Amino acid sequence: MESRIFVLLLATGLAVTGLTGCGRFRAAQVADGDQPPVIEPEVERREITTAKIDTEDFEVGVFAGQMSVEDFGVNTVIGARFAYHITEGFFVELAAGQTDTEETSFERLSGAAQLLTDQERELSYYNVSLGYNIFPGESFIGRNRALSTALYVVGGVGKTEFAGDDRFTVNLGLGMRLMPTDWLAVHADLRDHIFDIDLLGQEKTAHNIEAHLGVTFFF
Amino acid sequence: MQRLVFAISILQLFIAGTGTAQERHREVIVEDPFIELHAGPGRGYPIFYVAERGEQVAILKRRTDWFKVRVPRGEEGWVYRDQMRRTLQLDGELLDVPGFTVGDYAGRRWEVGALYGDFGGANVVSAYGAYSLTQNLSLELWYSDVLGRFSNSQLINANIVHTFFPEWRATPYFTLGAGAIHTEPKGTIVATVDRTDNLAHVGVGVRTYVTRRFVFRAEYKTYVVFTSRDDNEEPSEWKAGFSFFF
Repeated sequence: MESRIFVLLLATGLAVTGLTGCGRFRAAQVADGDQPPVIEPEVERREITTAKIDTEDFEVGVFAGQMSVEDFGVNTVIGARFAYHITEGFFVELAAGQTDTEETSFERLSGAAQLLTDQERELSYYNVSLGYNIFPGESFIGRNRALSTALYVVGGVGKTEFAGDDRFTVNLGLGMRLMPTDWLAVHADLRDHIFDIDLLGQEKTAHNIEAHLGVTFFF
Repeated sequence: MQRLVFAISILQLFIAGTGTAQERHREVIVEDPFIELHAGPGRGYPIFYVAERGEQVAILKRRTDWFKVRVPRGEEGWVYRDQMRRTLQLDGELLDVPGFTVGDYAGRRWEVGALYGDFGGANVVSAYGAYSLTQNLSLELWYSDVLGRFSNSQLINANIVHTFFPEWRATPYFTLGAGAIHTEPKGTIVATVDRTDNLAHVGVGVRTYVTRRFVFRAEYKTYVVFTSRDDNEEPSEWKAGFSFFF
């Protein structure tokens, strides 16, 4: 009895193997011909998407500080700056700022004499400068935190609108960039805006020193 | 209280949202024996970690020639371009580091720049934008501030530029254009009035590809200002400066 069942199972097994083998052979034959294959090969392709690399070479921000205009007092200056970092060392910067000026001591002492109208007393400037990070490095706050920093020098040319005239202006400066994160920078800058002015009789070269703090974002 | 909870949950959603958005970074496999992770994007910053061959790193961002990467252990640091160039992408290809080469320069479309120089004895600061029609021909729009001792002027002109050998690193060019000049005498000189005149110019120059998107440019232009007086003015202008292209 047991052996009979065993034989039956064996026979079924053989038959199944034979059939499938046969089927394979046939499938192969069919595929060899020009007819469409019975079984579509399903090969899982690896889906590779290449994400874009985010480039952050531009910097934009605002600043505020104090600006001394020769003979015309020290006042608050506000402005905006835009920079493009060309290499790790060099960058180009476009900056614009505005400040009010006060009466000269001559005007104050003489009483009535006014050299400028209120509108002429407003000083605004723009400049295009080239900068270089001379001392890149790190600053340490406490035991566990390091901030990327850079001390940079900038120099450039531009225009200053003051006392009713546009004045060609050279600017030179020194700045410190502190980076709490990769995309945020805090600037402390010293700038000298140099232009010629003949408002008080003789023409002279005026040095106008500006000190400001700023915040910029990299994008 | 409920409002606060609501606000916090909204904020959490927002943070979660930005989190997933930032997850998509390009992954590369280190192919060199190792790559060096610097603390900042510059040569001087110390190397604090080394990723070995076979490690998969994610590129978070790029600044100038430096790539910020994250290694599997979580450290993040800056790797120089030359080392990134020899990493493999997941499909086995070398990472294609978009360099800005002389080739990109020849195929540029847009260009902006600033130049400084001398315009008939006065200082001139100029800015321009250019669009390339072909490799040889481009259209430019200029704005210039001329700041002199006795008068200031603003110039606007449009010109067409023909570059002789666009495939050369340094190439001469020829320019022809027209525009307008507005002149204001300085405040201290009396009895003169502002005036606006048309002008035309012709010029030659040279441009040199420096690095990345950066081009040095110097040119000489001679202008004819069509004044309303008997004689035309013919100032000439020298200037040099930098521009970058997209």
